Amino acid sequence: MSENDLLNGNFVAWMDAKEGKESDIVISSRIRLARNLQDISFPYFMNAEKAQQSMQEISEAWRQSDNGLLSSLKLLSFNEISAWDRQILVEKHLISPEHGVAEDANRGLLVSEDGSIAIMINEEDHLRIQVVLPGLQLEKCHELAQIVDDELEKRLDFAFNEQRGYLTSCPTNVGTGMRASVMLHLPGIAISGQRSRIFQNIHQLGMAVRGLYGEGTEIIGNYVQLSNQITLGQSENEIITNLGIITRQMVEQEKILRKSLQQDMRYQLEDRVGRAYGILTHARVINSNEALTLLSDVRLGMDLGIIQGISPYLINQLVVAIKPAHLQKRSGGEMEAFMRDVKRAEVIKEILFKSKQSEVELGKEE
Amino acid sequence: MFCDDCKQKPATVHLTQMVNGKKFDVHLCTECAAKKGFLLFDQDKKFSIPNFLGSFLGGGFNLQDMHSLAHNSRCNNCGMVFSDIKQTGKLGCSQCYQAFDNELEPTLRRIHGNSRHVGKIPLRGGQKLFLKKEMDELKAQLQQTIKEENYEQAAEIRDQIKILEKVINEEGSK
Repeated sequence: MSENDLLNGNFVAWMDAKEGKESDIVISSRIRLARNLQDISFPYFMNAEKAQQSMQEISEAWRQSDNGLLSSLKLLSFNEISAWDRQILVEKHLISPEHGVAEDANRGLLVSEDGSIAIMINEEDHLRIQVVLPGLQLEKCHELAQIVDDELEKRLDFAFNEQRGYLTSCPTNVGTGMRASVMLHLPGIAISGQRSRIFQNIHQLGMAVRGLYGEGTEIIGNYVQLSNQITLGQSENEIITNLGIITRQMVEQEKILRKSLQQDMRYQLEDRVGRAYGILTHARVINSNEALTLLSDVRLGMDLGIIQGISPYLINQLVVAIKPAHLQKRSGGEMEAFMRDVKRAEVIKEILFKSKQSEVELGKEE
Repeated sequence: MFCDDCKQKPATVHLTQMVNGKKFDVHLCTECAAKKGFLLFDQDKKFSIPNFLGSFLGGGFNLQDMHSLAHNSRCNNCGMVFSDIKQTGKLGCSQCYQAFDNELEPTLRRIHGNSRHVGKIPLRGGQKLFLKKEMDELKAQLQQTIKEENYEQAAEIRDQIKILEKVINEEGSK
């Protein structure tokens, strides 16, 4: 694999569900560290010259590192890749939507071949070190992020003061500069109508609840991102432990609700899953929201053994493959919304049918 | 229910805050809430994320505006003034944190429930900070001994400072 695969293929490390714990509910874990260079203004206020200097200092620090983890990364300069490819990176959760749309040649991404490590350069902060892994693996993400952080710090002077910690462009990130998050798939909680009650409790615990693409995105397909809001006055380990505890509680809740759905509403549930699978495999035109909603039902059916022969990896892949930039990349040109809906239906059919159709059995009688 | 603060007017603003993992419920009347900067939204202004963060920093709130105008603090490094920061919700450079230390203190408490960092310290940068702190202490001691006309000790401290300066320079050139 190479960075070309990250731009052309569907795969990223976080999709590989068999690698992570609780991966039927916890899709992925992520740690992001915000770091800034001490002597250059924050990206929001730097001119092109300073932006270039920041880019140079960071890439130099990366090049000089003899650490295996660092030297396995590739540098993608945004003046070398198209806006289209940047959108591909957004859809794979490798860069933020803001980083994707910014027309700025001095932005970039240092990324590992499988996309598990991605360092955004000159986003809101000079450096955003991100590690994403499948399932519940916050500690492992943290461990890798710290290695990258320490390694870069050997050659870069990070903005830090004793009282406020790592200094960031936005005061919401100052301190550890750490945002820990998990992506959860919570259809049980949604179907049982418990979502708003549970989310309210989470807010009160100092955690943020967001949609599939983070800040400002709505919840579609029952994918929910949980993350810490507090970065100052809590240590990295506290942040991770707290998020881990809340995540495990959510997983427990979800499991209980899934079980009661299976017991009390078996036929309705199987009907819902079957219909979702039917539409996904036979639709000719399908928009993104409908597809994600139905994929959520199919995924639930798969997790509960109602549908066999589909892997979580396949669904994770599909969730990304049906996004606009991925669809257009696949068909090799820009497409209007309606034609994307047509292409989306084709892609879903193709990928779902590839998963050994013969093994897909619905509503087996016990 | 009456306001927790003035205990006179009915409480109309109800807040739940997390401080160090402990939950606090606060009930305030509109006036007291405004005084404490909890009323973030100016109905006439369009809601946006920068506005929202700006209001965390005291924007959209007259009392604090006047307060900061009186100070009109400016960051000497990047030239940012605090009213700019309130508008964008973003700081200009790493030195803004020191330049606007007083203004930021309540903001950070409001966002994080804390204002002191307890997490990781950078390995190399941390060492530098340690040395710098030691230097500051030695210099203060030097002043003191000179004041006390204890020149013998002052000479000793001056030698220590010279050694430390050398160490810091070596660290810096690494």
